[in-house]
Amino acid sequence: MTLLDFLLEPLSYDFMVRALVTTVVAAVVCAVLSCWLVLIGWSLLGDAVSHAVLPGVVLAYMLGLPFGVGAVIFGFLAVGLIGAIRSTSRIKEDAVIGIVFTTLFALGLVLISVVPSQTDLNHIIFGNILGISQSDQLQIGVLAAVALVLLLFKRRDLTLYAFDPVHAHAIGLSPRRLGGLLLGVLALTAVVALQVVGVILVVAMLIIPGATAYLLTDRFTRMLVIAPVLSAASSVVGIYLSYWLDAASGGLVVVTQGVTFALVHLFGPRRGLVSTYLASWSRRAVANG
Amino acid sequence: MTAAIEVSGLTVRYGEIVALEGVDLRLEAGRVTGLIGMNGSGKSTLFKAMLGIVRPDQGEIRIAGRTAAEARRHGTIAYVPQSEDVDWNFPVSVHDVVMMGRYSRLGPTRRPGRVDRAAVAEALDRVELSEYTQRQIGQLSGGQRRRAFVARGIAQEAGIMFLDEPFAGVDKRSEATIVRLLRELAADQRTILVSTHDLHALPDLADEAILLLRRILFQGSVSEALRPESLARCFGLDPLEQDTLS
Ligand SMILES: Nc1ncnc2c1ncn2[C@@H]1O[C@H](COP(=O)(O)OP(=O)(O)O)[C@@H](O)[C@H]1O
Ligand SMILES: [Mg+2]
Repeated sequence: MTLLDFLLEPLSYDFMVRALVTTVVAAVVCAVLSCWLVLIGWSLLGDAVSHAVLPGVVLAYMLGLPFGVGAVIFGFLAVGLIGAIRSTSRIKEDAVIGIVFTTLFALGLVLISVVPSQTDLNHIIFGNILGISQSDQLQIGVLAAVALVLLLFKRRDLTLYAFDPVHAHAIGLSPRRLGGLLLGVLALTAVVALQVVGVILVVAMLIIPGATAYLLTDRFTRMLVIAPVLSAASSVVGIYLSYWLDAASGGLVVVTQGVTFALVHLFGPRRGLVSTYLASWSRRAVANG
Repeated sequence: MTAAIEVSGLTVRYGEIVALEGVDLRLEAGRVTGLIGMNGSGKSTLFKAMLGIVRPDQGEIRIAGRTAAEARRHGTIAYVPQSEDVDWNFPVSVHDVVMMGRYSRLGPTRRPGRVDRAAVAEALDRVELSEYTQRQIGQLSGGQRRRAFVARGIAQEAGIMFLDEPFAGVDKRSEATIVRLLRELAADQRTILVSTHDLHALPDLADEAILLLRRILFQGSVSEALRPESLARCFGLDPLEQDTLS
């Protein structure tokens, strides 16, 4: 088999092309959002919201509404509940987050089990890249576009919010509203990613690319380029591997992202463990003559 | 003349903790005021209440004759946060940080124009950081970091500037530079409130001092504030105040 066969054969199947396109779209939106999430310290919240949207998606399906609407409502509901319980009890925040999102997620599982539909439970939990239909694809494309446009349009405000919400407030911007915008986009993005890699792995797509990019640069604007490029590349590699190894595609996409993170952490040009070790080793060698 | 800042009967609680109680305060334009108090005396809370970050339980705040919310919309107050409140590893450059001072003047995407770039360059020049504009903010020394945030306030064209512990972790030379800078800003008719527990810098820095320990113990001349009996009360050495220490 030549390299060309390796690359072209999967593309002769419609479902593979759709899987590639959809995964790359989801990976790019998640990666852009992840740049802010890792800097604000919202990784756990990202995990929570991506689980908590499930009942909203199922209810939207039942009522014939767009999935995004249900997801955004339940995303905010989850965050509202977390805030309310946190401020009215002595339970620590991580425990509150754990209680709220698992309960909402469980509610979603219950709803799926009683609602007659073609949606297989396994697809929600593990994703179903290879089985994505044209209408799913359209919906994913629209949600991804909305999320991406909002993020890029408000990118400077969101970065200000992440860096110095007090200053944002002092000059008359509303940190609450900016945080709300980010949450809404998080809920939309969760719906996009959920259909591709499944609920369990969404959080990986929402954290790893931003974290990897953060290891590589001191410029936020560069993070916004590096994260989606790495994430898209990992997705393509993951999908090809899944075709040729006949293994779980969502899993392989995330494994590839994780391996990329590990490589950058070890061999990154400035902060990589190996390069900093070599640099200090050569400094010592020079110092010792 | 109307005061730049007028606070009356300000009380702020965090749950059970009373951080400020019945604070009355009046600051005039063109003056530097030192806000003196030990850790936990409520200095940061006072700043945050005047900025509207924490909601007062009681009391009224007027800023340049406006309510605090109106003053915020007009970008009247610039804030230089205490060092612990800043993520110094955040991937922004010195230039990016100073540009944030312009955001309230910019359109919805905050895309800066020529005027804004010029204002940022001028502010950076004024604080003597022109060489470092492209550095990541954490790759500056303690004093340079503070000056970068002061530059943000200058770019903001704010009439009032709050600085929370700007001398903490700053070497003597940088401290002198910051003091000179603040004097110049006050000479431009700005109102400047600086919290510090560096009492040595106070006579050069401030026209006036406030001693704070949950309540205002004293507002007046620096020399009077520095008298041992005033300081003893402020830093809790007075046996009568011992119970408020813990
Ligand atoms: N967010 C908060 N939640 C609860 N208590 C707080 C909070 N911020 C400050 N405090 C308490 O309020 C008091 C005043 O704190 P602060 O204004 O930070 O003082 P200072 O800046 O003078 O050190 C302290 O007792 C502090 O523990
Ligand atoms: Mg403080």
